[in-house]
Amino acid sequence: MNIFNIIGPEMIGPSSSHTAGAVRLGNVAYEMMLGAKPLRVKIELSGSFGTTYKGHGTDRALIAGILGFKSDDEAIRNSLKIAEEMGLNYSFVPTQIPDAHPNTARISFECENGLKGRVMGASVGGGNIRIHEINGLKLDIAADSPTLLIIHSDTPGVIADVTNHISDFDPDNNICNFTLSRDQRGGTALMTIALDNIPKEELGTSLENIENVQSVILIKPV
Amino acid sequence: MIRYDSVQDLVELAEARQLKISALVLADQAKQMGLSEEALYNQMEDSFDTMIASTRSGLNPDLRSTSGLTGGEGAKVMAYADRKEGGLAGEFFTRAIARGMATANCNAAMGKIVASPTAGSCGIIPGALVSLYEDKKFPKRDVVMSLFTAGAFGMIIANKASISGAEGGCQAECGSASGMAAAALVELQGGSPKACADALGMALINQMGLICDPVAGLVEIPCIKRNAAGVSIAICSATMALAGVELHIPADECIQVMKSVGDHMNPDFKETAKGGLATTPTGLRLKEKIFGA
Repeated sequence: MNIFNIIGPEMIGPSSSHTAGAVRLGNVAYEMMLGAKPLRVKIELSGSFGTTYKGHGTDRALIAGILGFKSDDEAIRNSLKIAEEMGLNYSFVPTQIPDAHPNTARISFECENGLKGRVMGASVGGGNIRIHEINGLKLDIAADSPTLLIIHSDTPGVIADVTNHISDFDPDNNICNFTLSRDQRGGTALMTIALDNIPKEELGTSLENIENVQSVILIKPV
Repeated sequence: MIRYDSVQDLVELAEARQLKISALVLADQAKQMGLSEEALYNQMEDSFDTMIASTRSGLNPDLRSTSGLTGGEGAKVMAYADRKEGGLAGEFFTRAIARGMATANCNAAMGKIVASPTAGSCGIIPGALVSLYEDKKFPKRDVVMSLFTAGAFGMIIANKASISGAEGGCQAECGSASGMAAAALVELQGGSPKACADALGMALINQMGLICDPVAGLVEIPCIKRNAAGVSIAICSATMALAGVELHIPADECIQVMKSVGDHMNPDFKETAKGGLATTPTGLRLKEKIFGA
C-alpha cells in the first residue's frame, strides 16, 4: 500500500466495485481483442451486478472498459451512446452463474475480423478484479500484472522449456506468479505466468513454437 | 521506512525530527516508491486539482445522479450560504459542508472524483481542504502537503482496521475520511503532530459505530448527507484539538475500537442494503422504483 491507494485513485463514481472494477473487467475483454473493432458483445451479469447494474452505471462502465477507456475517463458516462455511434451491438443479460462472486460479469465478444472471445470475472472491491475464466479456461488472476496464459499438452519438460524460453527471450523480466492446472493426466494443461514487466510483443508467438505448446494469450495489466 | 501501523510512532518520529507529518511522509513515500519527492508532490497536486474540479461540477444545481434519486443537495446548501450570509453556521462552515455534498453529488452522477479514502466518502476531505484553499486562501502548496498527513493516517487505519464499508460499516469510510481531514486541518492551522493525531481520534470517536445502509445499495442516500456530517465532524474535531482539548483515549486505541466495533457489526449493516435506512418502507419503495420489485 502507498499514499495514493488512500488519497486516490482518481476515478469515475459512484462506486469502486460497481464502476472502477467494472471498467477493468471490460478492459480485459478489450485487451483480448488485440485492437480489432468489436461488432457484438453480450454481457451476462450475475448476482448483485444483475439486479443493480443500471442504477450504479455498471452497464456504462463495462461498455466503456470494452471500448478501452480507463476508469478515470469522463467519457464513461456517455459510453453507451459512443458504442451505438460506433455500431457496436451490445446486450445485457441478468443471469445467475452458479457459485460466482456476487459482482460477476461474463463478456462474450465478436470482432470485425472474426475474432471471438469470452471472459468472466468479478469485481471484488476497491476497484480490484479477479478473472475466473478466459475462452472456457478456468483460472484466477488479478490482471494487475502482465500475465501469459499458456495452453499446452500435459507432457514432461514443457514447463522448463517455457520458463527457459522466457528467461532467454526477456532476460530482465521476472516471473512474479505461476500457477498450473490440467484437465487430466496427459490431457490439456494451462500455465498462468505473471511477469513484473510487459514483455516484448513477439514473446507470445515465439512461445507458440515450443513443442507441445498449443496457444498463448497475453493479458496486459488493466 | 515507516510501517504505518502506529499513530504514536508516526507522531514521535515527526516530533523527534522536528518535521511536520506531511514532510516526513512525503520523504518516506518517495523512498518507498522509488520516485522523487517532486514527482509525488506533483501527483498529489493533480489529485487536489481533481478534488477542486469535483466540488465545482457537483455544485451544478441541475446535475442528477444516474438513478435519478438525488442531485442538487450541495448546490442548495451553497445557495443558502450565499442567500443568508453564511446562514446558521457561518460562511466558512456552511460552504465547506456544501462542497462535501457537492463532491458526493458529482460521484453519484458518474463524475470524476478522488476516492479519499473511498468513493462513498469522497466529499469529506475536499469539503474541508478545498474550502481552506478557496475561501480562506491558504497557499496551495501547504494544502496539497496536508494530504500527505491525511493519507498517512488513512494508511494506518487501513492497516490496523479498515477503510471499507463492506468490512467496517460507514465508520470505516466516512469516519476515516473525517479523521484524515481533521488531521490535515490541524496541520494547516499550525498544530503539532500530536494535535493532528488527537483530531484524528476525536473524529473517529464521533462516528464510532456508524453503519453503512445505502438505500437500494446506491452511493446516494444517506451517503451524500453523511459526507456533510463528515466535514462538520472534521472541523469540530480539529477545533477541539487546536484548542488543546485532551483526547483521553489515544488515537491508536480509537482505531482498535473502530475495528472491534466493525467486527461485531451485523452484516446487514455493512453495505449489503439489508438493514438500516435501506429496509425502511420508504427505502424499499425507492429501491423498487429504480430496480423494479
